[in-house]
Amino acid sequence: MNIVIIGGGPAGSEAAYRLAGEGYTVDLVEKENSIGGNLNNWHQLFPDRKSAAGLVKELQQRLNHPGITLHIDAEAREIAESAPGKFAVKLSNKTVLHGSAVLLATGYKVFDAKRKEEYGYGIYKRVITSAELENLFTNRALATLYGEAPKRIGFIHCVGSRDEKICNYHCSKLCCVTAVKQAIEVREMLPEVEIFCFYMDMRMFGPGYEEMYREAQERYDIKFIRGRLSEAAENIHGQVVVKVEDTLVGKPLRMTLDLMVLMVGMEAADGSGKLAGSVQVPLYPNGFIRPADPHTGTNLTARPGIFTAGSCTSPMNLTDTLTDARSAAWQIKKWLTGSDKHA
Amino acid sequence: MPTLWGYSISAARSIDYDKNDQSFLRRLAHSCPSSKLCIGCGGCTAACSAGNLTEFNIRQLQMLVKRGETRETAEQLHKCMLCGKCLLVCPRGVDTRKMILSMKRFLREHDQ
Repeated sequence: MNIVIIGGGPAGSEAAYRLAGEGYTVDLVEKENSIGGNLNNWHQLFPDRKSAAGLVKELQQRLNHPGITLHIDAEAREIAESAPGKFAVKLSNKTVLHGSAVLLATGYKVFDAKRKEEYGYGIYKRVITSAELENLFTNRALATLYGEAPKRIGFIHCVGSRDEKICNYHCSKLCCVTAVKQAIEVREMLPEVEIFCFYMDMRMFGPGYEEMYREAQERYDIKFIRGRLSEAAENIHGQVVVKVEDTLVGKPLRMTLDLMVLMVGMEAADGSGKLAGSVQVPLYPNGFIRPADPHTGTNLTARPGIFTAGSCTSPMNLTDTLTDARSAAWQIKKWLTGSDKHA
Repeated sequence: MPTLWGYSISAARSIDYDKNDQSFLRRLAHSCPSSKLCIGCGGCTAACSAGNLTEFNIRQLQMLVKRGETRETAEQLHKCMLCGKCLLVCPRGVDTRKMILSMKRFLREHDQ
Protein backbone atom coordinates (compact mmCIF):
# COMPACT_ATOMS: atom_id res chain seq x y z
CA MET A 1 0.00 0.00 0.00
CA ASN A 2 1.24 3.46 -0.90
CA ILE A 3 1.31 6.62 1.20
CA VAL A 4 1.88 10.13 -0.16
CA ILE A 5 3.81 12.45 2.17
CA ILE A 6 3.75 16.15 1.35
CA GLY A 7 6.78 18.01 2.65
CA GLY A 8 10.36 16.75 2.88
CA GLY A 9 11.33 18.57 6.08
CA PRO A 10 12.22 16.73 9.27
CA ALA A 11 8.61 15.57 9.87
CA GLY A 12 8.03 14.24 6.35
CA SER A 13 11.45 12.59 6.15
CA GLU A 14 11.14 10.90 9.54
CA ALA A 15 7.61 9.64 8.79
CA ALA A 16 8.73 8.34 5.37
CA TYR A 17 11.55 6.38 6.97
CA ARG A 18 9.27 4.92 9.66
CA LEU A 19 6.49 3.95 7.23
CA ALA A 20 8.96 2.37 4.79
CA GLY A 21 10.32 0.39 7.75
CA GLU A 22 6.79 -0.96 8.30
CA GLY A 23 6.70 -2.28 4.73
CA TYR A 24 4.70 0.49 3.02
CA THR A 25 5.77 2.28 -0.13
CA VAL A 26 6.06 6.03 0.19
CA ASP A 27 6.06 8.96 -2.24
CA LEU A 28 7.78 11.89 -0.55
CA VAL A 29 7.08 15.25 -2.19
CA GLU A 30 9.41 18.23 -1.64
CA LYS A 31 9.01 21.62 -3.35
CA GLU A 32 12.68 22.60 -3.00
CA ASN A 33 15.59 20.81 -4.68
CA SER A 34 16.66 19.01 -1.50
CA ILE A 35 15.09 17.71 1.68
CA GLY A 36 15.45 19.29 5.13
CA GLY A 37 13.06 22.24 4.86
CA ASN A 38 13.72 25.12 7.26
CA LEU A 39 16.40 23.04 8.95
CA ASN A 40 18.66 23.87 5.99
CA ASN A 41 18.78 27.49 7.15
CA TRP A 42 19.98 26.65 10.66
CA HIS A 43 23.53 26.30 11.97
CA GLN A 44 23.22 24.65 15.38
CA LEU A 45 20.27 23.31 17.34
CA PHE A 46 19.27 23.85 20.96
CA PRO A 47 19.74 22.59 23.60
CA ASP A 48 22.74 20.40 22.71
CA ARG A 49 24.20 22.55 19.90
CA LYS A 50 23.90 19.70 17.42
CA SER A 51 24.87 20.57 13.84
CA ALA A 52 21.73 21.19 11.78
CA ALA A 53 23.50 20.07 8.61
CA GLY A 54 24.44 16.84 10.40
CA LEU A 55 20.81 16.13 11.23
CA VAL A 56 19.70 16.85 7.65
CA LYS A 57 22.34 14.40 6.43
CA GLU A 58 21.10 11.76 8.85
CA LEU A 59 17.49 12.24 7.70
CA GLN A 60 18.63 12.13 4.07
CA GLN A 61 20.57 8.89 4.49
CA ARG A 62 17.52 7.18 5.97
CA LEU A 63 15.59 8.00 2.81
CA ASN A 64 17.85 5.63 0.86
CA HIS A 65 15.27 2.92 1.19
CA PRO A 66 13.80 0.89 -1.70
CA GLY A 67 10.29 1.71 -0.46
CA ILE A 68 10.75 5.49 -0.67
CA THR A 69 10.44 7.52 -3.88
CA LEU A 70 11.57 11.12 -3.50
CA HIS A 71 10.04 13.80 -5.73
CA ILE A 72 12.07 17.01 -5.44
CA ASP A 73 11.34 20.35 -7.15
CA ALA A 74 7.70 19.29 -7.08
CA GLU A 75 4.97 21.13 -5.28
CA ALA A 76 1.77 19.36 -4.28
CA ARG A 77 -1.12 21.45 -5.62
CA GLU A 78 -4.27 19.55 -4.79
CA ILE A 79 -5.55 16.43 -3.08
CA ALA A 80 -8.65 14.61 -4.32
CA GLU A 81 -10.36 11.48 -3.03
CA SER A 82 -10.75 9.55 -6.28
CA ALA A 83 -12.58 6.65 -4.57
CA PRO A 84 -13.34 6.05 -0.87
CA GLY A 85 -9.95 5.76 0.85
CA LYS A 86 -8.06 6.40 -2.42
CA PHE A 87 -6.34 9.73 -2.77
CA ALA A 88 -4.78 11.42 -5.78
CA VAL A 89 -2.22 14.17 -5.24
CA LYS A 90 -1.55 16.48 -8.19
CA LEU A 91 1.98 17.91 -8.41
CA SER A 92 3.25 21.06 -10.10
CA ASN A 93 5.14 18.90 -12.65
CA LYS A 94 1.84 17.32 -13.80
CA THR A 95 2.56 14.03 -12.04
CA VAL A 96 -0.35 12.51 -10.14
CA LEU A 97 0.53 10.35 -7.14
CA HIS A 98 -1.89 7.82 -5.69
CA GLY A 99 -2.07 6.77 -2.07
CA SER A 100 -4.30 5.07 0.47
CA ALA A 101 -3.35 7.81 2.91
CA VAL A 102 -1.90 11.31 2.65
CA LEU A 103 0.37 12.80 5.26
CA LEU A 104 0.56 16.59 5.40
CA ALA A 105 4.02 17.60 6.62
CA THR A 106 4.00 21.06 5.12
CA GLY A 107 5.70 22.72 8.09
CA TYR A 108 5.91 26.45 8.71
CA LYS A 109 7.42 29.60 7.26
CA VAL A 110 9.34 32.26 9.16
CA PHE A 111 7.56 35.56 9.72
CA ASP A 112 8.38 38.25 7.15
CA ALA A 113 9.98 40.91 9.39
CA LYS A 114 9.26 43.64 6.81
CA ARG A 115 5.64 43.53 7.96
CA LYS A 116 6.74 44.96 11.31
CA GLU A 117 7.85 48.18 9.65
CA GLU A 118 8.55 50.14 12.85
CA TYR A 119 11.41 47.70 13.58
CA GLY A 120 13.20 48.81 10.41
CA TYR A 121 14.00 45.47 8.82
CA GLY A 122 14.83 46.03 5.16
CA ILE A 123 15.19 49.77 5.91
CA TYR A 124 18.13 49.90 8.35
CA LYS A 125 21.25 47.95 7.43
CA ARG A 126 22.00 46.74 10.94
CA VAL A 127 18.68 45.02 11.50
CA ILE A 128 18.75 41.32 10.66
CA THR A 129 16.57 38.30 11.42
CA SER A 130 17.42 35.31 13.60
CA ALA A 131 17.44 33.16 10.45
CA GLU A 132 20.04 35.44 8.86
CA LEU A 133 22.15 35.29 12.01
CA GLU A 134 22.26 31.48 11.68
CA ASN A 135 23.65 32.00 8.21
CA LEU A 136 26.31 34.36 9.59
CA PHE A 137 27.27 31.66 12.10
CA THR A 138 27.59 29.08 9.33
CA ASN A 139 29.77 31.40 7.24
CA ARG A 140 31.66 32.76 10.27
CA ALA A 141 30.92 36.25 8.98
CA LEU A 142 29.60 37.95 12.13
CA ALA A 143 32.86 39.60 13.25
CA THR A 144 33.43 41.30 9.91
CA LEU A 145 29.82 42.00 9.01
CA TYR A 146 30.19 45.80 9.04
CA GLY A 147 33.95 45.99 8.68
CA GLU A 148 34.42 45.58 12.43
CA ALA A 149 32.97 43.45 15.19
CA PRO A 150 29.78 44.82 16.77
CA LYS A 151 30.20 46.08 20.34
CA ARG A 152 26.56 45.81 21.43
CA ILE A 153 23.96 43.41 20.10
CA GLY A 154 20.27 43.27 20.97
CA PHE A 155 17.93 40.33 20.42
CA ILE A 156 14.27 41.30 20.05
CA HIS A 157 11.88 38.52 21.07
CA CYS A 158 8.31 38.01 19.77
CA VAL A 159 8.71 39.53 16.29
CA GLY A 160 5.64 38.30 14.45
CA SER A 161 4.37 36.42 17.52
CA ARG A 162 1.89 37.42 20.24
CA ASP A 163 1.07 40.49 18.20
CA GLU A 164 -2.48 41.40 17.34
CA LYS A 165 -1.25 44.17 15.04
CA ILE A 166 0.02 41.66 12.49
CA CYS A 167 -2.82 39.22 13.24
CA ASN A 168 -0.69 36.59 15.00
CA TYR A 169 -2.08 35.87 18.43
CA HIS A 170 0.00 32.77 18.93
CA CYS A 171 3.34 32.29 20.66
CA SER A 172 5.93 30.70 18.35
CA LYS A 173 7.44 28.93 21.37
CA LEU A 174 10.95 28.47 19.97
CA CYS A 175 12.18 32.05 19.63
CA CYS A 176 12.96 32.52 23.36
CA VAL A 177 15.27 29.53 23.55
CA THR A 178 16.68 30.31 20.09
CA ALA A 179 17.61 33.81 21.29
CA VAL A 180 19.38 32.34 24.31
CA LYS A 181 21.21 29.85 22.11
CA GLN A 182 22.20 32.50 19.59
CA ALA A 183 23.31 34.90 22.33
CA ILE A 184 25.62 32.20 23.68
CA GLU A 185 26.99 31.52 20.19
CA VAL A 186 27.63 35.24 19.69
CA ARG A 187 29.44 35.41 23.03
CA GLU A 188 31.70 32.54 21.99
CA MET A 189 32.63 34.34 18.79
CA LEU A 190 32.89 37.84 20.26
CA PRO A 191 34.07 37.71 23.89
CA GLU A 192 33.96 41.51 24.30
CA VAL A 193 30.50 42.25 22.90
CA GLU A 194 27.65 43.39 25.15
CA ILE A 195 24.54 41.26 24.58
CA PHE A 196 20.93 42.05 25.52
CA CYS A 197 17.71 40.10 25.08
CA PHE A 198 14.49 42.14 25.07
CA TYR A 199 11.66 39.82 26.06
CA MET A 200 8.03 39.90 27.24
CA ASP A 201 8.09 36.48 28.94
CA MET A 202 10.88 33.91 28.83
CA ARG A 203 9.18 30.70 27.74
CA MET A 204 11.69 27.97 28.46
CA PHE A 205 9.40 25.00 27.91
CA GLY A 206 11.75 22.17 27.01
CA PRO A 207 14.18 19.96 28.89
CA GLY A 208 17.45 21.80 29.46
CA TYR A 209 16.07 25.15 28.25
CA GLU A 210 15.71 26.88 31.62
CA GLU A 211 19.17 25.61 32.53
CA MET A 212 20.49 27.17 29.33
CA TYR A 213 18.86 30.49 30.26
CA ARG A 214 20.56 30.38 33.64
CA GLU A 215 23.87 29.48 32.03
CA ALA A 216 23.47 32.41 29.62
CA GLN A 217 23.36 34.76 32.62
CA GLU A 218 25.91 32.99 34.76
CA ARG A 219 28.61 31.92 32.33
CA TYR A 220 28.02 34.03 29.21
CA ASP A 221 27.09 37.36 30.78
CA ILE A 222 23.96 37.87 28.67
CA LYS A 223 21.62 40.55 29.99
CA PHE A 224 17.85 40.36 29.90
CA ILE A 225 15.51 43.34 29.77
CA ARG A 226 11.78 42.83 30.16
CA GLY A 227 10.08 45.06 27.64
CA ARG A 228 8.70 44.99 24.15
CA LEU A 229 10.36 47.11 21.47
CA SER A 230 8.06 49.92 20.43
CA GLU A 231 10.20 51.30 17.61
CA ALA A 232 13.72 51.48 16.22
CA ALA A 233 15.54 54.30 14.44
CA GLU A 234 18.90 54.70 12.74
CA ASN A 235 21.48 57.26 13.89
CA ILE A 236 24.04 59.03 11.63
CA HIS A 237 26.59 56.27 12.29
CA GLY A 238 24.19 53.70 10.94
CA GLN A 239 23.62 52.19 14.40
CA VAL A 240 20.16 51.24 15.60
CA VAL A 241 18.56 53.17 18.45
CA VAL A 242 15.82 51.23 20.24
CA LYS A 243 13.04 52.39 22.51
CA VAL A 244 11.48 50.04 25.04
CA GLU A 245 10.10 50.30 28.50
CA ASP A 246 12.25 48.50 31.04
CA THR A 247 9.08 47.26 32.68
CA LEU A 248 10.80 45.87 35.77
CA VAL A 249 12.35 49.26 36.46
CA GLY A 250 9.24 51.09 35.27
CA LYS A 251 11.05 53.56 33.04
CA PRO A 252 11.41 54.07 29.29
CA LEU A 253 14.82 52.96 28.07
CA ARG A 254 16.84 54.02 25.05
CA MET A 255 19.81 52.07 23.80
CA THR A 256 22.14 52.21 20.81
CA LEU A 257 22.91 48.88 19.20
CA ASP A 258 25.51 47.93 16.59
CA LEU A 259 23.35 45.03 15.52
CA MET A 260 19.69 44.24 16.16
CA VAL A 261 18.49 40.67 15.69
CA LEU A 262 14.75 40.11 15.22
CA MET A 263 13.56 36.76 16.58
CA VAL A 264 11.13 36.00 13.78
CA GLY A 265 8.22 33.76 14.68
CA MET A 266 6.58 30.86 12.88
CA GLU A 267 3.58 31.15 10.58
CA ALA A 268 1.62 28.47 8.76
CA ALA A 269 3.23 27.54 5.44
CA ASP A 270 1.38 28.80 2.36
CA GLY A 271 0.86 25.25 1.11
CA SER A 272 -0.92 24.04 4.26
CA GLY A 273 -4.11 26.03 3.73
CA LYS A 274 -4.40 25.24 0.03
CA LEU A 275 -3.91 21.50 0.45
CA ALA A 276 -6.06 21.22 3.57
CA GLY A 277 -8.74 23.23 1.80
CA SER A 278 -8.79 20.85 -1.16
CA VAL A 279 -9.94 18.04 1.18
CA GLN A 280 -12.03 20.21 3.55
CA VAL A 281 -9.61 19.85 6.46
CA PRO A 282 -10.25 22.76 8.83
CA LEU A 283 -7.58 25.23 9.93
CA TYR A 284 -7.07 27.21 13.11
CA PRO A 285 -7.67 30.97 12.72
CA ASN A 286 -3.88 31.45 12.46
CA GLY A 287 -3.69 29.12 9.45
CA PHE A 288 -2.19 26.06 11.12
CA ILE A 289 -4.02 22.78 10.48
CA ARG A 290 -6.54 21.78 13.12
CA PRO A 291 -6.20 18.22 14.46
CA ALA A 292 -9.27 16.02 14.98
CA ASP A 293 -8.82 16.49 18.73
CA PRO A 294 -6.09 18.41 20.55
CA HIS A 295 -5.45 15.56 22.99
CA THR A 296 -6.56 12.27 21.55
CA GLY A 297 -6.70 13.07 17.85
CA THR A 298 -3.32 14.58 17.04
CA ASN A 299 -1.97 13.47 13.63
CA LEU A 300 -5.60 12.88 12.60
CA THR A 301 -7.74 15.45 10.81
CA ALA A 302 -11.47 15.84 10.32
CA ARG A 303 -11.01 13.89 7.06
CA PRO A 304 -10.26 10.15 7.46
CA GLY A 305 -7.17 9.23 5.48
CA ILE A 306 -5.58 12.68 5.74
CA PHE A 307 -2.96 12.91 8.46
CA THR A 308 -0.57 15.56 9.78
CA ALA A 309 2.95 15.56 11.18
CA GLY A 310 5.16 18.29 12.54
CA SER A 311 4.84 22.07 12.57
CA CYS A 312 1.99 22.31 10.06
CA THR A 313 -0.33 22.06 13.09
CA SER A 314 1.48 24.46 15.44
CA PRO A 315 4.94 25.84 16.14
CA MET A 316 7.02 22.87 17.23
CA ASN A 317 10.65 22.22 18.08
CA LEU A 318 12.63 19.45 16.37
CA THR A 319 12.29 17.00 19.25
CA ASP A 320 8.51 17.28 19.12
CA THR A 321 8.46 17.34 15.30
CA LEU A 322 10.32 14.03 15.03
CA THR A 323 8.20 12.48 17.80
CA ASP A 324 5.06 13.72 16.06
CA ALA A 325 6.25 12.17 12.78
CA ARG A 326 6.74 8.77 14.39
CA SER A 327 3.35 9.08 16.01
CA ALA A 328 1.82 9.92 12.61
CA ALA A 329 3.44 6.82 11.08
CA TRP A 330 1.80 4.70 13.77
CA GLN A 331 -1.60 6.39 13.28
CA ILE A 332 -1.41 5.79 9.52
CA LYS A 333 -0.50 2.15 9.99
CA LYS A 334 -3.35 1.71 12.44
CA TRP A 335 -5.81 3.28 10.01
CA LEU A 336 -4.60 1.30 7.00
CA THR A 337 -4.69 -2.07 8.78
CA GLY A 338 -8.15 -1.17 10.14
CA SER A 339 -9.48 -0.24 6.70
CA ASP A 340 -7.96 -3.45 5.32
CA LYS A 341 -10.17 -5.46 7.65
CA HIS A 342 -13.25 -3.61 6.48
CA ALA A 343 -12.45 -4.06 2.78
CA MET B 1 3.12 28.62 66.46
CA PRO B 2 4.23 32.04 65.15
CA THR B 3 6.98 31.88 62.55
CA LEU B 4 10.34 33.41 63.17
CA TRP B 5 9.77 36.05 60.50
CA GLY B 6 6.21 36.90 61.41
CA TYR B 7 3.61 37.74 58.81
CA SER B 8 2.94 41.41 58.36
CA ILE B 9 3.47 43.93 55.60
CA SER B 10 3.81 47.61 56.36
CA ALA B 11 0.49 49.17 55.37
CA ALA B 12 2.11 52.22 53.81
CA ARG B 13 4.27 50.05 51.53
CA SER B 14 1.79 47.49 50.31
CA ILE B 15 -1.24 47.01 48.14
CA ASP B 16 -3.98 45.82 50.47
CA TYR B 17 -6.31 44.13 48.02
CA ASP B 18 -8.73 43.20 50.83
CA LYS B 19 -9.28 46.82 51.82
CA ASN B 20 -8.83 48.70 48.55
CA ASP B 21 -11.84 50.23 46.85
CA GLN B 22 -12.50 48.02 43.85
CA SER B 23 -15.37 49.99 42.35
CA PHE B 24 -12.96 51.82 40.03
CA LEU B 25 -11.33 48.71 38.60
CA ARG B 26 -14.72 47.06 38.09
CA ARG B 27 -16.02 50.08 36.20
CA LEU B 28 -12.88 50.15 34.06
CA ALA B 29 -13.22 46.47 33.15
CA HIS B 30 -16.86 47.10 32.27
CA SER B 31 -16.47 50.29 30.22
CA CYS B 32 -13.23 49.23 28.48
CA PRO B 33 -13.14 45.41 28.38
CA SER B 34 -10.00 45.38 26.18
CA SER B 35 -8.06 46.86 29.13
CA LYS B 36 -8.16 43.35 30.62
CA LEU B 37 -5.91 42.11 27.80
CA CYS B 38 -2.76 43.92 28.97
CA ILE B 39 0.28 41.64 29.38
CA GLY B 40 2.49 44.41 30.71
CA CYS B 41 4.95 44.50 27.78
CA GLY B 42 5.51 48.25 28.16
CA GLY B 43 5.25 49.05 24.45
CA CYS B 44 2.79 51.84 25.31
CA THR B 45 5.12 53.45 27.84
CA ALA B 46 8.09 53.24 25.47
CA ALA B 47 6.11 54.97 22.72
CA CYS B 48 4.38 57.48 25.04
CA SER B 49 4.75 61.20 24.18
CA ALA B 50 3.96 62.29 27.74
CA GLY B 51 6.31 59.68 29.24
CA ASN B 52 9.03 61.07 26.99
CA LEU B 53 8.87 64.41 28.81
CA THR B 54 7.55 63.61 32.30
CA GLU B 55 7.34 60.86 34.91
CA PHE B 56 4.15 59.56 33.31
CA ASN B 57 3.95 55.76 32.93
CA ILE B 58 0.65 54.61 31.47
CA ARG B 59 1.35 50.88 31.83
CA GLN B 60 2.04 51.30 35.53
CA LEU B 61 -0.93 53.63 36.15
CA GLN B 62 -3.52 51.31 34.61
CA MET B 63 -1.98 48.39 36.51
CA LEU B 64 -2.29 50.33 39.78
CA VAL B 65 -5.96 50.99 39.03
CA LYS B 66 -6.46 47.26 38.48
CA ARG B 67 -5.08 46.67 41.99
CA GLY B 68 -7.36 49.27 43.53
CA GLU B 69 -4.66 51.95 43.83
CA THR B 70 -6.16 55.07 42.30
CA ARG B 71 -4.37 57.92 44.03
CA GLU B 72 -1.30 58.03 41.78
CA THR B 73 -3.43 57.67 38.66
CA ALA B 74 -5.57 60.61 39.77
CA GLU B 75 -2.44 62.71 40.17
CA GLN B 76 -0.81 61.70 36.89
CA LEU B 77 -3.54 61.12 34.34
CA HIS B 78 -3.85 64.73 33.19
CA LYS B 79 -0.37 64.42 31.62
CA CYS B 80 -1.71 62.20 28.82
CA MET B 81 -2.04 64.14 25.57
CA LEU B 82 -4.19 61.49 23.86
CA CYS B 83 -1.72 61.34 20.96
CA GLY B 84 -2.65 57.67 20.43
CA LYS B 85 0.84 56.21 19.90
CA CYS B 86 0.15 53.61 22.61
CA LEU B 87 -2.87 52.51 20.61
CA LEU B 88 -0.64 51.96 17.57
CA VAL B 89 1.95 49.77 19.32
CA CYS B 90 -0.18 47.69 21.72
CA PRO B 91 0.28 44.02 20.69
CA ARG B 92 -2.90 43.06 22.54
CA GLY B 93 -5.21 45.56 20.93
CA VAL B 94 -6.06 47.37 24.15
CA ASP B 95 -8.14 50.42 23.31
CA THR B 96 -5.82 52.65 25.33
CA ARG B 97 -7.62 55.82 24.29
CA LYS B 98 -10.92 54.53 25.61
CA MET B 99 -9.19 53.21 28.71
CA ILE B 100 -7.70 56.63 29.51
CA LEU B 101 -10.91 58.52 28.76
CA SER B 102 -12.86 56.09 30.99
CA MET B 103 -10.40 56.57 33.83
CA LYS B 104 -10.60 60.35 33.43
CA ARG B 105 -14.40 60.22 33.55
CA PHE B 106 -14.45 58.06 36.70
CA LEU B 107 -12.02 60.36 38.45
CA ARG B 108 -14.11 63.38 37.51
CA GLU B 109 -17.29 61.74 38.81
CA HIS B 110 -15.48 60.65 41.95
CA ASP B 111 -14.40 64.22 42.66
CA GLN B 112 -17.90 65.59 42.37
